Amino acid sequence: MIHRECGVLKTTYEADMALYPLPIARWTVAAIVVLMFGVVPFVLHEYYLSIINLVAIAVIGALGLNILVGYTGQISVGHGAFMSVGAYTAANFAVRLESPWPVNLLAGGLMAALVGAIVGIPSLRIKGLYLAIATLAGQLIIEWTINHVTFISGGVQASIEVPRPEVFGFRIASQGEMYFFLLGFVVLAIVGAMNLIRTRVGRAFIAIRDHDIAAEIIGINIFRYKLLAFAISSFYAGVTGVLYTYYLGVANYEQFQINVSIDYLAMIIIGGLGSVLGSVFGAIFVTMLPIVIRWVMEAFGGLFFSEQAVLNIIPNLRLILFGGLIILFLVVEPEGLNRLWRNIRSYFRVWPFAY
Amino acid sequence: MSDEFGFFLLLMSNGILIGLMYSLIALGFVLVYKATEAINFAQGEFVMIAGFVVVASLLAYRAPLWLAIVLGLAAMVAFGFGLERVVLRKLIGRPIIAVVMATIGLAAVLRGIGPLTWGAETKNLALPISDEPFVLGPLFIPPIQILGAAVSLAFLAAFGWFFLKSRKGIAMRAVADSQQVAMAMGINVQRYFALAWAMTGIVSALGGVVWGSLLGVDVHLALVGFKVFPVVILGGLDSIPGAIVGGLIVGLVENVAAGYVDPYVGGGTKDFAPYVLMILALMIRPYGIFGKRIIERV
Repeated sequence: MIHRECGVLKTTYEADMALYPLPIARWTVAAIVVLMFGVVPFVLHEYYLSIINLVAIAVIGALGLNILVGYTGQISVGHGAFMSVGAYTAANFAVRLESPWPVNLLAGGLMAALVGAIVGIPSLRIKGLYLAIATLAGQLIIEWTINHVTFISGGVQASIEVPRPEVFGFRIASQGEMYFFLLGFVVLAIVGAMNLIRTRVGRAFIAIRDHDIAAEIIGINIFRYKLLAFAISSFYAGVTGVLYTYYLGVANYEQFQINVSIDYLAMIIIGGLGSVLGSVFGAIFVTMLPIVIRWVMEAFGGLFFSEQAVLNIIPNLRLILFGGLIILFLVVEPEGLNRLWRNIRSYFRVWPFAY
Repeated sequence: MSDEFGFFLLLMSNGILIGLMYSLIALGFVLVYKATEAINFAQGEFVMIAGFVVVASLLAYRAPLWLAIVLGLAAMVAFGFGLERVVLRKLIGRPIIAVVMATIGLAAVLRGIGPLTWGAETKNLALPISDEPFVLGPLFIPPIQILGAAVSLAFLAAFGWFFLKSRKGIAMRAVADSQQVAMAMGINVQRYFALAWAMTGIVSALGGVVWGSLLGVDVHLALVGFKVFPVVILGGLDSIPGAIVGGLIVGLVENVAAGYVDPYVGGGTKDFAPYVLMILALMIRPYGIFGKRIIERV
């Protein structure tokens, strides 16, 4: 039950492709599911659940961005804008058509996928730096458009209130109920991403990342797969935006500005590019960072600084630690937290022996 | 002369002067890209930090203006050297996204350090020039913009001379052309990388002075960095004349667009129009007006 392998002993492709290579993996996943669905929501206070909800939303967005950046090798500095596209599409559907949330969610995701694919079109001609700048332009143009077109946003600096989602006639209002709602999507997103990268499509993405010309030579249609990567990634982003809108209860363009795009890039770099588990780690880490800083500063900051100074220190300290960690991980551990986790695991796998 | 035409001339003259000031910041970006092929997403934050250093030495330490500017220059040169040594040298040979992300991270760090060290409120960087605008018929020109444009032109000329005539400048072009060949010819490549970052520091320090006195020094000063990308994409990433021409185009387009479109959409066209132009440029001529035609297509 808790044994581990002592080498690569697979004899079939099915065994090699399996999601659970060993029984222990299945037991771990089962334990986490029981913990998250059965224990956590009944033990923790509403406030902590609201933090976990934020993490859950970030996990979905980080997974989407990792599909694009980590697996396909195309950079995007515009994911915040794709989220806002999803959020505003859903908000408009909810308010104008009074449609139920699954429709809004799907509409938001699909609209974001469409816009993402359009912004991704330059990736067919240019790459690397130029693509980063093109997606940055996409971010700023979408932000401006949403803010200034009254039909979408209801006017400059306005926000749209959305009704709470209803599941089978049950209205989701409290953070505890929201927790189950979001966790379901997290499971879907993780399983979806893990399965995506095992399919033909996912392998094509990885081939494009590793060497685009070689990928084209073995018959991968780069045009199609790059756009598909942008579309899938933006679909995730759109869903993230919709869920965040439902979490907040309002759609507001200020929640999806350029710094959000950078937050998500930081998540996948700190967590680990090209890894599902890394996206989860990164989302937890980056979401928790400002919260932990606030806890620490509120607890101990008063000992060293005046109250006024603490209020100034908290947001700036967050920026410094956030940027510093991005640089630190890039220089010291480019594969991110996921690599650290694997190192720890492989150390204990054979412990107490050296190998 | 009709009012309509006068308004247009006013927008044009403003656009040209602001555009030249954009060129100054874009020059910092181009210098680094030309020598090291690194992309600096923190250019605006460089300018902001320089502005903070100058304004802090003026206000907090009561230094005379020339000393404050010298301090700003020295701080930014040291910063450029240090940055290259500690962060960017370690990223040589890594994929381009690593450098992009490192400078994005750096931008976040600088945006935190600035207000943390020097306070969040907007500080006024007063230069000893009058606030009275020159009035020439319909034109209405603040002296600070003329000063900014003059500084930009002087620096663009100086760096043009540096790259064309001086020994170090030629060595730097050699490094940019091919690092291996440059090494074989006895050029210390890493030293030129450091020099490029230090030169960006100098340009950013002066950018900080002129932009800081135009807008006031606070964390929002870093937003001018967003204008760098349209400028360098239009002009060409590795071209100094491109930085001037790109700056002029962006300055003109954003002013004219803001003057005629803003009343209908409720503001913000200034930040929007240059990016539309840039997307067009990326579609048609991604290497810019003067840039080298090496862009990899897949």
